[in-house]
Amino acid sequence: MTPPALHLCGIAKSFGTTPVLAGIDLAVAQGEFIALVGPSGCGKSTLLRIAAGLEQPDEGAVLLAGQDMTARRAADRDMAMVFQSYALYPHMTVRQNMALPLAMRRLSAAQRLPLLGALLPGSRATRQCIQREVEATASSLKIAALLERKPAQLSGGQRQRVALGRALVRHPRAFLMDEPLSNLDAALRVHMRTEIVELHRRAGVVTLYVTHDQEEALGMADRVAVMLGGRIRQVATPDVVYRDPADLDVASFIGSPRINLLPGQVDSAARAQCGEHILADRVVAAAGSAIHVGIRPEHLHLSAEPTPWSLPVRLERIEFLGAEALAHCSADAMPDGLIARLPPDHAAGLRRKRALFASARDGAVLLFDTAGRRIAQTLAACHAA
Amino acid sequence: MNTNGHPIWRALRLLVLGLGAAVVLFPFVFMLSTSLKPQSEVFSSGLALVPVNWAAVENYTKAFTRIPMGRILLNGVIVCVAIVAFQIVFALPAAYALAKLRFPGRDLLFGLVLMGLLVPIHAISIPLYAAARMAGLLNTLAVLVMPFTLSVFAMFLFRQFIRAIPDDLIHAARSDGLGEAAIVWRIIMPNAWPAASAFAIFSVVAHWNDLYWPLIAISRTSLATPPLGLLFFRAAEAGDDYGALMAATVIITLPLVLFFLLAQRLFIEGVTMTGLKG
Amino acid sequence: MPPDARTLADRHEARAAWWLIAPTAVLMLALLVLPVVAVLVLSLTDAELGEPVVNFLGLQAYADLLSDRDFRGAFRNTALYVLMVVPASVVLGLGLALLIEAEARGRALFRSLYFLPSVSLVVAMASVWQYLMHPSFGPINQLLRLMGFAGINWLGSSDNALMALAVIGVWQAIGFNMVLFLAGLTAIDRTLYAAAEMDGVRSAWDRFRVVTWPMLGPTTLFVATITIINAVKVFETVATLTQGGPAKATRTLLWAIYKEGFVYLHVGAASAMAVVFIVVLLFLLVIQTKVLDKQVHYR
Repeated sequence: MTPPALHLCGIAKSFGTTPVLAGIDLAVAQGEFIALVGPSGCGKSTLLRIAAGLEQPDEGAVLLAGQDMTARRAADRDMAMVFQSYALYPHMTVRQNMALPLAMRRLSAAQRLPLLGALLPGSRATRQCIQREVEATASSLKIAALLERKPAQLSGGQRQRVALGRALVRHPRAFLMDEPLSNLDAALRVHMRTEIVELHRRAGVVTLYVTHDQEEALGMADRVAVMLGGRIRQVATPDVVYRDPADLDVASFIGSPRINLLPGQVDSAARAQCGEHILADRVVAAAGSAIHVGIRPEHLHLSAEPTPWSLPVRLERIEFLGAEALAHCSADAMPDGLIARLPPDHAAGLRRKRALFASARDGAVLLFDTAGRRIAQTLAACHAA
Repeated sequence: MNTNGHPIWRALRLLVLGLGAAVVLFPFVFMLSTSLKPQSEVFSSGLALVPVNWAAVENYTKAFTRIPMGRILLNGVIVCVAIVAFQIVFALPAAYALAKLRFPGRDLLFGLVLMGLLVPIHAISIPLYAAARMAGLLNTLAVLVMPFTLSVFAMFLFRQFIRAIPDDLIHAARSDGLGEAAIVWRIIMPNAWPAASAFAIFSVVAHWNDLYWPLIAISRTSLATPPLGLLFFRAAEAGDDYGALMAATVIITLPLVLFFLLAQRLFIEGVTMTGLKG
Repeated sequence: MPPDARTLADRHEARAAWWLIAPTAVLMLALLVLPVVAVLVLSLTDAELGEPVVNFLGLQAYADLLSDRDFRGAFRNTALYVLMVVPASVVLGLGLALLIEAEARGRALFRSLYFLPSVSLVVAMASVWQYLMHPSFGPINQLLRLMGFAGINWLGSSDNALMALAVIGVWQAIGFNMVLFLAGLTAIDRTLYAAAEMDGVRSAWDRFRVVTWPMLGPTTLFVATITIINAVKVFETVATLTQGGPAKATRTLLWAIYKEGFVYLHVGAASAMAVVFIVVLLFLLVIQTKVLDKQVHYR
């Protein structure tokens, strides 16, 4: 069995007495694009830096295609990193920025000396080769026209591409990206997402992409690793992470608007009840235990008439977003309110009404115990909707 | 970036820094050591640091008595404090006007400020001296302060600093009914405090050290500032009494050094800030 | 806002501004503008303090000055002094800053130690150096003799005196330059070093060449400018130790102005020298702003 292209094994790291990472295990297959997503401060950037070699873990190992890289410094690991601030050398032109990694690797220290180095044998040929590769990469990123400019003369998106170019030109064994799109405005960000995914597909190199934007992660990655509180909670395809979250924190973090979480109890008939209202049945949990019933906004059905297994709510306001509408409701049991995603005409129809009834469409609920763990439901016989 | 890394490099670095520090501090060491030695030993003791016969009392007494040392130090303090106070009082409102207000002649004024940065006191000392002489102001403490009350450097520094203060703060103050003068002292001053203290340090060090103007303007020992006082001491000194001379230098250097040691952060931040803004 | 109200507000603002500037403007006139004009005027004469007869020489005064051997000597001495002091104190200041910055724990201690000379009274320390440099019993020569070298006649020989003053000048400036470089170093974005590491920049020398030195550009320029200007203004050490001698070897620009103007009372000639002095400083500052500033800020 081929070893994973990039494997982070048992990584733990503390800064002083504060633990930041604990028991991290992440295996990335050859050519895979994995998004490491989590809120700010969860340790994902630290993990990335450990993978790069810019930080040393307290425990654990970093393996690249089976080779242990943990003891090697970053410059020897043959990985490329794209930084959030791009970290382009301000005093060098785009061409020089992109040529530097190649020059550092292929020219000896003597050959790199400013004037004399160019006179040494072999230096000329190598330099020309380097320039050709820089130009080829620049063309593929459509920045060939910018080669002679300095970073200060470029726009945010252009700098972003130069940073990508600097990473690409080396043909590294892995790409590490630290929130590269955070500094761009919203429209550019969406456009660059596509470009990066395209680039990845063409280069075919394993990529570890860190972001705090879960939409970005879901949209770009082959697999998503959700990181919360210094631990990786779930690694799965975007679809699975969304539909089948491993625990309550993952369910809350992934998905926008946030999943609606109703507090409830399991009754003697294995049904989840919120107050006196039943929301789900066939719950695999002890009677009397507390439970959270999670309903994603798109699965929250609102109607003017009560339906079986519905909860009375009050409509507070409707946000029209063009292609869809968000209905914000309040309920006594839910201090944070509920949000439902509706088609615009349905929402318009509800507008005058104040008292509504909310239920889970097609019984689509996610159940969690008080510790956040998933609770299953036994398979259904069909139930009346 | 790799941190300290190999202990060998660190040891080497510490060695170099330590040796360098020894070289840099060696004048101070000898200054102190010689101030304790009698004249005979100064000539003969070679590199020995600890005196065989202690002459500390005699040397320091001579230092205090041959010139009115206490008086001279006091003069230095008075003059420097007065200078800084006047400089800030005059420069701050002007810098605020230059930075935030529009008025005809603003560019001209700023141009004059820039020009003033180029012209050190030495260059215009002649007419200033002539004017002071005609006004009968020579040999007073006032004449030591007056030429320096204008500090274009302060104006320049404060202006850069004040420009960074958000305009909204000032607009809010105006709508609260504050007049411009009140704005300067109630809003700008507290905000410009880092720049003001940085400048104060810079100014005190520069003027404490200044020899040129006191040399020209003062001839009476009782009105001397420390640098001039030391020159008088050397003149009053019979040739080679290095022991007493070193004692005098110790006493004269001590105030600023003590001030520095107590307020190191302030000093270094002050230098840093004038550097970053300049 | 209706146009009338706008100009009213403007006038109000202008009036307030003038009130704020008035005292300073008066001072500027009295302490800057008028003296500069006076110096310019005096420089064109052969005025002497106390002498009622004044002849107008016009630009001939400058011609006389520039052909005067003593003045050219003062100019040359000052230039030599600057050449000796500036490169040494800038390079040493940078070297110290690099070493201290890399040192995590002893940083504050070393920073203060090296800064001490810069806060010590120049006249006082000059006297100390005089003792250190005494040809027979000064510690420096004693050390040299211990190591097998002959002692040097530091301040007493016209060949060495300027160099001796330069040593003192460097000693005084190192700490100050070091602090400025330290500030510049800490301002460098750390991610640049991380990016360099990823790019394969391994050795300390390469890091310095690729990131540190280019990013220090503005700081280096500032330090160099300040050091040059302070070196051109050298006076305290000359006044205390050598009084321009021996044999005019340490006669520098400011000392020459002082001697001519306040000892010999040749006010006219001294004013001409003062004007030359200002022109030199102006020239240096113009080079800094126009030529180098743009290069160094990477616009």
